[in-house]
Formats: sequence, structure tokens, C-alpha cells
Amino acid sequence: MYKKSECLFESRFPALEYVLEEVVNENKKIIALTADISSRIVPRFVVNHPDRFFNFGIAEQNMFGAAAGFASAGLIPFAMTLSVFVTMRACEQIRTDIAYTNSNVKIIATGGGLAYGKLGSTHMGIEDISLMRSIPNMTIIVPADSVETTHAIREAVRFNGPVFIRFGQKENPIVHVNGLQKEFVIGKAIKLRSGNDISFIATGVMVSKAIEACNELKKLGIYASVYSFHTIKPLDKEAVLDAADSKYGLITLEDNNVNGGLGGAVAEVLGSEKPRPVKRIGIPDLYPVIGSPEELYKEYNMDVSAIVRTSMEMTKQDIG
Amino acid sequence: MASKGNMGKVYLEEKSKEIRRECLNMVMRAQSGHLAPALSCADIITALFFEVMNIDPANPKDENRDRFILSAGHKCLALYAALAKRGFFPEETFKTYVQFKSILGGHPDGLKIPGVEISTGSLGHGLPIGIGMALAARYLKRNYRTYVLLGDGEIHEGSIWEAASAACHYKLDNIIGIIDHNKLCADGPIDEVMSIRPLNKRWEAFGWSVIEIDGHNMDDIVSALKRVPLSKDKPTMIIANTIKGKGVSCMENKFDWHSKVPTAEQAKEAFKELA
Repeated sequence: MYKKSECLFESRFPALEYVLEEVVNENKKIIALTADISSRIVPRFVVNHPDRFFNFGIAEQNMFGAAAGFASAGLIPFAMTLSVFVTMRACEQIRTDIAYTNSNVKIIATGGGLAYGKLGSTHMGIEDISLMRSIPNMTIIVPADSVETTHAIREAVRFNGPVFIRFGQKENPIVHVNGLQKEFVIGKAIKLRSGNDISFIATGVMVSKAIEACNELKKLGIYASVYSFHTIKPLDKEAVLDAADSKYGLITLEDNNVNGGLGGAVAEVLGSEKPRPVKRIGIPDLYPVIGSPEELYKEYNMDVSAIVRTSMEMTKQDIG
Repeated sequence: MASKGNMGKVYLEEKSKEIRRECLNMVMRAQSGHLAPALSCADIITALFFEVMNIDPANPKDENRDRFILSAGHKCLALYAALAKRGFFPEETFKTYVQFKSILGGHPDGLKIPGVEISTGSLGHGLPIGIGMALAARYLKRNYRTYVLLGDGEIHEGSIWEAASAACHYKLDNIIGIIDHNKLCADGPIDEVMSIRPLNKRWEAFGWSVIEIDGHNMDDIVSALKRVPLSKDKPTMIIANTIKGKGVSCMENKFDWHSKVPTAEQAKEAFKELA
């Protein structure tokens, strides 16, 4: 059942603020760090907790280095800014100061994927998941909606070690309209639909698209399973192998470069443990054109109709 | 707990010689290591670990301990020697330096070495980390100080200046930077590689109180470290004029000794000079 605390916000940032408010009241060790972006992400936190909020200005390297310093004193810093600057401008600080030291820093990355499509490639976090995946000690969470967001933040607080939590668009449909049916466990995928023909392994904003595609396909007599892989690292191998039992194969869906992200991770598991046909839906290996996220999802065959098309091709090919 | 306190100049000078000899020993045994940079900062590290800092080898994670970050992580031979001689780990560990699975690598690992506050090695990282530690002290209402030892070439890195701004903005008078100013980079004199002049004025312009000292004069080092913060609400930068390779005449002030290993003959001479 849906619980009030699961936040049926259509925007993720209010959900993030809501749950941050909850956890900071419970735990005095939690502080927030931003790089001149707090007014967009956590405006109320700044007002409510000025003593627990540290703005580092437009200086991401310093912010993530300082986050490691805060953590070494036993605090739990939530350091937040745009994903592209998190994962590239401060990549080495994250790798060396936070991951190598296994520091208890929670990284909130916004604008992942095509969310900032109108702002152009400088602001698109299209490589972030792939980059973070290659860093030892890093846990990567990409919530599908505001419900998963609230659970992800609470679990990240309980978890001791670096966690990268990635958000895409500010607004997005709620996947778990009735709340989570199972416990949210880091590293455990959530199965949302069951069908024997094809399996959708999706993450973040692509989960709701996978569900829509699943509904469309059902009308065509094709039955799909849908999994929300809110955790990309550590990957839920068991769920991948379970998904691999589908008749025609698997489709991975992510708002990230198709290379090295969720699709890559799934292909790695299947390649060594259970070879199966896999199609990877995601951002092609290029710098996208300008457009709204929805325009770009269509352009790069990531929208619902493209998912349906890809699924049908997959089933036909196999029947062939 | 507490520092040794008032150990006296002679004791500290003897200790720093011991540390230099140990650095040379480790390098000769392993045939690897940044010896000259370690010799450059050996006196400063001795003063910090044997006189100034509030630290306790029996309780290396005490929450009120002073923090030391070796931002220029490649100078770690001096830190290893000081930590072991201060009792953080057995001196036998020196024998394992850079050997397979040793805790003592070519750059210090904070998860493995007792007394090492945090892993360093990539230049430009230590001061930002120190900012976090200093802000944490304020947030947690603790009185510890955060000392960050920087190389002079290291301040080429832009992240150092991001941290310099933040220290001033947050009025962090509980952080103390020390620049080991030996004026030599790996490629040559710093003035030729990338000038950092005017060094004092740069830090002053960023809102720091600056003091310049002789980084090999124990009285100078200790009195500067005991005077900080120089001004209330301002971070302090100690510019320590040093000599790369200090104490070993064939190495002194020669940039190409950055990570060079002495020959057996040179080492023999060096041990004599450091006796």
C-alpha cells in the first residue's frame, strides 16, 4: 500500500526535499553541500537548515573533496549538483577522495540523461552512469520515480559508503502508484510486470516508458516482464538471469549512453553466464541534437512507440 | 593524549635526522621512492608530529585529534618515518615499503596506514579535503586543527584555488596550509615550469594570513606553527622556504632528483652526512 511518506510527487525534487527533511531531523550527521544549485534542488532545506547547508559556489572539485573531509569526521554529506559536473568536472575527486577512501558521501546528481536536452550537450549527463560504473566501491542508484527516490535516500543514509543517486527530468510519471509492494533494497531490482515473451530491464525515467510499452504490447499479444533496476551497481544478477528466461530475449532501457551503462552491465552478465539476445535502448554514442527530452527520446528511438517497435522486431526475428 | 610539547630544538633536529635516514633506508632497500621531496619537508613533518599536533598513537581516531593531510602525497616517505617513530605502527614495517601487499605504497593510503588521515597522491586534492575537515570541526563544535602540507608545484592545480576561496569565505581560522616551497618541480625550476609568483600576495589576495619561514630552521617552524591562526577568522598559510633533497649535498636543489634513487656510493656519503 502507498504510504504518505512515499511521496506521490510528480516532481522528484520535492520528493528529495521531503525525504531529506525527514532524515535530517532523525540524524544530526546529515548535511547538504551544493555548488550554486540549491535554489533549484533543495530551496526549503537551505531556509530550514542554514547551519547544515554549505554552498561551495561553482567549484565542484572543491565541493567533492570537502565532502570527503566532512565524511572523515563522521558526518554524512549529501553533495549535489548537475550530473555532468559531478561525474566529469569532479570525477577524480569522486574516484580518489570519495570512492578510494570508501567515504560515506551521498552524491545527488541531477539532470542525468537527456533531461537538459534544450540546454545542449554541455549540460547533458549522458555518460554519467557509464563513468560511475567503472569506479570501485561506488553504488549507483537511478530511481524510477518519486516513490523510489524517497526509499533510495533513506537507504543511502543507512548504507555506509559512497552512493551516487542520479536524477533525470524534474517531472516524470509515477511508476509505483500504489507505493512499493516490496521492500526497497539496494542492489535488488523490482519486478513490476510479468510476461513470458520478452523482458524489459529498465532504469530511471525509462521504467515508466517500459510499462507503457508493456501495456501496448499486450494488446498485440506480446507479453513482457518489466523490471525497475533502481540499482545499477551492484547489479542484481539474479534478476538479470530471471529476466533471461523470456522466450525472445531482453531489452535494456536507460537514459544514458548505450555503451557502458545498464545495457552494458546486463550484457556482461549474460555474456558470461547465460547468452541471450539483448537489445540496448538508450542514447546512441553521440552528442544529441537540441530538443526537449520527449523530442529526443523519439529522435533516438527511446520513446514508447520505438520500444514497441524494437520488441516486435525482436519477437519476429526470433520466430523468423 | 596530546602532543609531546616543548621537546626542544636539539631533540627535534635529531628526530628529523633520524627521519631523513629512514627515508634514505627505505629508498635504498626498495630502489624506489620520492626521496628528495621527502627530505624537503622532513623538518616540517617532524615539528608537526613531535611537537605541535594533538595526536595519540594509542588512539589514532580520537575525534578531537588534530588532522594532518599530506596533500603532496609523494612526499610520504617522511610521513611514514614520522608516524612509525611516533608509535603509530612498528618500524619493521619500513622493510615492506612498496613491496607486494605492503601497507606502505608510493603514496599514502588512509585506509591501511595507522595515523594517515586520508589517502592522497593526486595533487590538488588535500586542501579541499581539509576544508571539509575544518568545516566539520566547526559544525561539530570541536577544537581540532587541520594542517595541510602542500607542494609548491602542487598549487598549479586549480582545485587548490577553489579551496583557497572557500577557506576565506567560511572564515576558517582552524585550517593551516604549509607550502613546502623548494622551488623545484619534476621538470625543472618552478619559475621555468609555471611561475607561482608573487606567492605571498596570491594567498593574501585570496584572504589568507601569510607567514614566510625558513622551513629547515626548527625554531622558525615551531614558533610559526604555534602562533597560528595569525588572525582571527582567517585561514593561515605558512610558506616554508625549503631545499629539495635537504641534508644530502649531492641532491640538494637539483630538480632531477625528484624521484631518482641514489647509487650505493652516493647513499654511503648521504648516510655520513645525515649521521
